[in-house]
Amino acid sequence: MSASRLPELAGIVLLATFPWFGGKFYVDLAETIMISAIFALSLELLVGMSGLVSFGHAAFFGVAAYAVVLLSPRSEALPLLIALPSAVLAAAAYALVVGSLSLRTRGIYFIMVTLAFAQMAYYVLHDTKLGGGSDGIYLYVKPVLALAGTPLLDLDRPLPFYYVTLASLVVTFALLATLARSRFGRALAGIRANEQRMRAAGYSTYPYKLAAFTLGGALAGLAGFLYAVKDGFVNPEILAWQQSGVVLLMIILGGIGNLRGAVIGAFALVLLKELFQSEALFGAFARHWQLPLGLAIIAFVAVLPEGLIGLASRRRRAAVAAAHAG
Amino acid sequence: MHRDVGAQRSRQRMPAEVLLRATHLTRRFGGLVAVDRVSLDLACDQIHAVIGTNGAGKSTLVNVLAGEIAATSGKVELLGRDATGWPQPRRARGGLGRSYQRTTLFPRFTVFENCRLAAQANDQRPWNWWSPAANAESSNALAHDALLRSGLASFATRLAGTLAHGQQRQLEIAMCLATAPRILLLDEPLAGMAAEESERMLDMLAGLKPGHAILLVEHDMDAVFRVADRITVMVNGTVLASGDPASVRSNPEVQAAYLGDVTGEPA
Repeated sequence: MSASRLPELAGIVLLATFPWFGGKFYVDLAETIMISAIFALSLELLVGMSGLVSFGHAAFFGVAAYAVVLLSPRSEALPLLIALPSAVLAAAAYALVVGSLSLRTRGIYFIMVTLAFAQMAYYVLHDTKLGGGSDGIYLYVKPVLALAGTPLLDLDRPLPFYYVTLASLVVTFALLATLARSRFGRALAGIRANEQRMRAAGYSTYPYKLAAFTLGGALAGLAGFLYAVKDGFVNPEILAWQQSGVVLLMIILGGIGNLRGAVIGAFALVLLKELFQSEALFGAFARHWQLPLGLAIIAFVAVLPEGLIGLASRRRRAAVAAAHAG
Repeated sequence: MHRDVGAQRSRQRMPAEVLLRATHLTRRFGGLVAVDRVSLDLACDQIHAVIGTNGAGKSTLVNVLAGEIAATSGKVELLGRDATGWPQPRRARGGLGRSYQRTTLFPRFTVFENCRLAAQANDQRPWNWWSPAANAESSNALAHDALLRSGLASFATRLAGTLAHGQQRQLEIAMCLATAPRILLLDEPLAGMAAEESERMLDMLAGLKPGHAILLVEHDMDAVFRVADRITVMVNGTVLASGDPASVRSNPEVQAAYLGDVTGEPA
């Protein structure tokens, strides 16, 4: 592994050993952060790598979360090898439909159409009995990977679930990092920079964008699957436009155009939310956590327009400047 | 009345292989006829310049030929095949390269990667998500060749956005060349260039003639009369005259409508 991948390696080692020294609360928090990071990475593929600003990404997260809950029987575990692909494919299928229509528009219209499709899914689940209506629905028995009746991986147990989540994050990051360097990834980067120039060079750009949108939906579905299994409960709020806004904030906070930025943004946003929700620190004011969180995000974006990842490049530039001055 | 003159003349006088043939191309925008039954042939090993005042329909003609704008009527043949219904990417893969009046590079990519990305259009393999694009040998070779031909080889590792304006215009052409086109549609490649940069570009264009059919839209008349083998003059969307530079220069209608002082100079 090259030296440039050392931060990722250090992050994996830290997260892999965390359950041994972190308390139950913090391990649970780490799971939430990792699921958010997968969700943020899936949106980074669209916004950062392809220039497609989707404002309805929570729909794919929510469709997968609902899929695993609705497919699971009440009294026995659904095999993991059925539950996980079904959830991811459901999200991918919805993304394929939404993408095939919304990608015919651009800019603000694209944002609005993706938002509209997400809100449609939200209201279907909110206003019908399909998924328990606005109350949501429980996942009674969590998926299990079993071989000849012997459970190998039971996602109801905390440690296996933690490592499945970590493995999902690592696979998602590695997939997108590999993809970014491939011909497909470079073509997406070209489309992001100047779609018309790409068409003039001979690229039919629509299939590229649709493939990226569908893959982004599938990865958001992976995050949604993990979310449903972690909490054992889903309700329509996970598809609401606020969730699409939160994941967009994560990649803005971390730094758009950088996979590390998406992960750092997810860490930062979840931790900031926890911080401002802490009654130990803020007492009764903790009930109004959205206010300080909003102000903190405004401050971060104002001070660090390139996101938190911009801190590292800023330091590097300063070091290079100092070396030249010296 | 002169609409078909150019096409007829070119068919009569040019033994060279015709790589692109436009017949009665028309493009309307509501009540405005931006391109009105224009016919022209682009032959291999030749530079065919299209001149005309602003609003004459030159850029629209390039856009219609490239497939960026659909023709209202008329026909485009590309290497002998009817390409009228082809969208732009298919025309590009079919051998038609174009450059833009305004520079359209990927400023955050290196000069080499700008060319490699263009070259990759011929070997896209969109489902190969595992091999790095940098390992695509055929694209690398095409990009390398395009940089050599455009005189930018020594700038390969520079970010495209940091190049001087003239070099960016050269890179614009290099990106066209990287797609290995047979036909080049160049929309004002000399725009905004200093005299020295223009010279370099004209040398480059002359060097590109063998194996290519080049359509050159340009306002610089000295440059046009220096490098063009054929010239088509457009006025209000129609072809006013078409032929070799000497016949265009001496055409009284062209003199009256467009060339003015230029034709007064000794040839």
